[in-house]
Amino acid sequence: MLKKIIKRILISIPVLIGVVLVIFIMLRIVPGNPIVTMLGEHVNQQTIDKLTVEMGLDQPAYVQFFKYVWNALHGDFGTSYRMNRSVTQMIMDAFPYTVKLSILAALISWTIGVVAGVVAAIRQNRILDRLFMGTALLGVSMPIFMAALLLQYVFAYKLQLFPISGYEGFSALILPAIALGWNSAGSIARMTRSNLVEVMQDDFIRTARAKGRTEAGVIVFHALKNALLPVVTMMAIQISSMLSGAVLTESVFGIPGIGRLAVNAIENRDMPLLQGTVLFTTVLIIIGNLVADILYSVLDPRIREVK
Amino acid sequence: MKKQEMEQNRTASRDQAVYVDLQSPFNPEDHSADIGESDTLLDKLAQLVRQNKLAVFSALVILAIIILAVFAPVFSPYDPAAQSLRERLAAPSAEHWLGTDKLGRDILSRIIYGARVSLVIGLLPTFISMFIGTILGLFAGYYGGKTDFVIMRLADIMLAFPSLLLAMVVMYTLGGGIVNIFIALSLVNWASTARVVRAQTLSLKEAEYVEAARSMGVRKTTIIFRHILPNCLPSLIVFFTLNIPSAILSESSLSFLGVGAQPPSASWGLAVTEGKRYLFSEPWVPLAPSVAIMILVMAFNFLGDGLRDVLDPYLKEQ
Repeated sequence: MLKKIIKRILISIPVLIGVVLVIFIMLRIVPGNPIVTMLGEHVNQQTIDKLTVEMGLDQPAYVQFFKYVWNALHGDFGTSYRMNRSVTQMIMDAFPYTVKLSILAALISWTIGVVAGVVAAIRQNRILDRLFMGTALLGVSMPIFMAALLLQYVFAYKLQLFPISGYEGFSALILPAIALGWNSAGSIARMTRSNLVEVMQDDFIRTARAKGRTEAGVIVFHALKNALLPVVTMMAIQISSMLSGAVLTESVFGIPGIGRLAVNAIENRDMPLLQGTVLFTTVLIIIGNLVADILYSVLDPRIREVK
Repeated sequence: MKKQEMEQNRTASRDQAVYVDLQSPFNPEDHSADIGESDTLLDKLAQLVRQNKLAVFSALVILAIIILAVFAPVFSPYDPAAQSLRERLAAPSAEHWLGTDKLGRDILSRIIYGARVSLVIGLLPTFISMFIGTILGLFAGYYGGKTDFVIMRLADIMLAFPSLLLAMVVMYTLGGGIVNIFIALSLVNWASTARVVRAQTLSLKEAEYVEAARSMGVRKTTIIFRHILPNCLPSLIVFFTLNIPSAILSESSLSFLGVGAQPPSASWGLAVTEGKRYLFSEPWVPLAPSVAIMILVMAFNFLGDGLRDVLDPYLKEQ
């Protein structure tokens, strides 16, 4: 077991290196001198040369790369072109907002998704099933920014239950979290339903029923345990799409999280900031997937045994 | 009703598979029951038409949107670029069914023209990225070894990124604009296809007819493209249909964030972001194009779901 976990961790190291490399290369094939991009066209040659040396842009690409990785490993993502602030500091300032938002969204989507999926499976092909699955597909198909705008219009503007924009405390996170979670809730509900429907036809369910367990007991203690296993992996994947989606909800609701930082970085052509935010987010996702994989094999003895 | 039928069919084919296994216990290679080789593609499509009215309706919606987009000049009541400052932010009326935007442009006309952007972005980059993914997946699966290792590690790296952020990085490098979205989405999304195709190739290459072809001395590339690829096609069709909506959503998200399509493009995502300032005073300005995105995405999702049920029940697990 421990061996497997260590192996799994070792496998993700090349992926991590690859991720850094891809981002590094992509951001360096940008046409034009980064200093000119940063300071504007009318900057004199002397300043350009001075800054080029200062920022290490005169060194060969591979030296820059290793320097970057080395510094990143020490928690230093460089300095923002525009803000002249440490990128690490900016990320750390923004990160708590995104974490709170994502955790809340995850809780909302997992709860709603699993409950709706289970109810739909039990009431298979009845009205509740149709209703829930229709809503789920609506959730999957609706662009996140549309959900965000709709929620903002109805609950913040018309009903004035929540602040419209900005972060003034926990209540400001509820609407963005629903907007972010709805989409994932849809896919989790669909998956839970189809897995549960399938598991309910298995032999051990028949055995459980024959033993005289109540239907609720059969579902909770026998069927759900098996049906939810693949959903766990799904939930981990959702974390990735939530961090992507956070870019959109944060921009609608004006929450100063990582997503906003990335959008600002693109608008201001702030390469170190964009590089830092994307890398930081991606590394988080890789770690998240790693944890999910390990959790999955802990939860499912069949996988534990096989490999 | 139809779902019930489908559910029954699924159970039926399951039972059948068990039945076949019992009948020929010494022939575990017999996949005829679960692959359903007797059904041609056309039979399966006919089955879809019979069983899933929603998928058929979605196909019709998509067809209608394609026709609207192709013949946009015929159908749109106004020139999508014509500004009229006197009529800016007009409410929906008989003249302007969906109202006008901040420059007095007719929203309905802009939505009809914007369908072109969404359809092209939905179809072409998806096709290109799946083409790349299919080739890489076939080679990785068939050749195995180092080829497999390199391709799949590359795929792992691509899949590790949140796709929207990766597309944003590409857009940063290339700059905004529809052509660049096109390139970004073609480059970013090949990895999941490669994984699916590789997995199928791995099982198909053990099939007897492939072994037969190999022993007859058929060239490897011929085996890959003539014997293995056609059997991956049903899954690829399903995957294609289900990937289109995510490409459409990516484009509209990029444009919504301001790093995608640039004004005066009629892109729906751009229309939403241009209109979001008027959400509280003239809600139809941002919401009309949002609804357009949702309808198109939903139609492709329904169609993809339906196709998956008849063509490739195995993909359901993923």
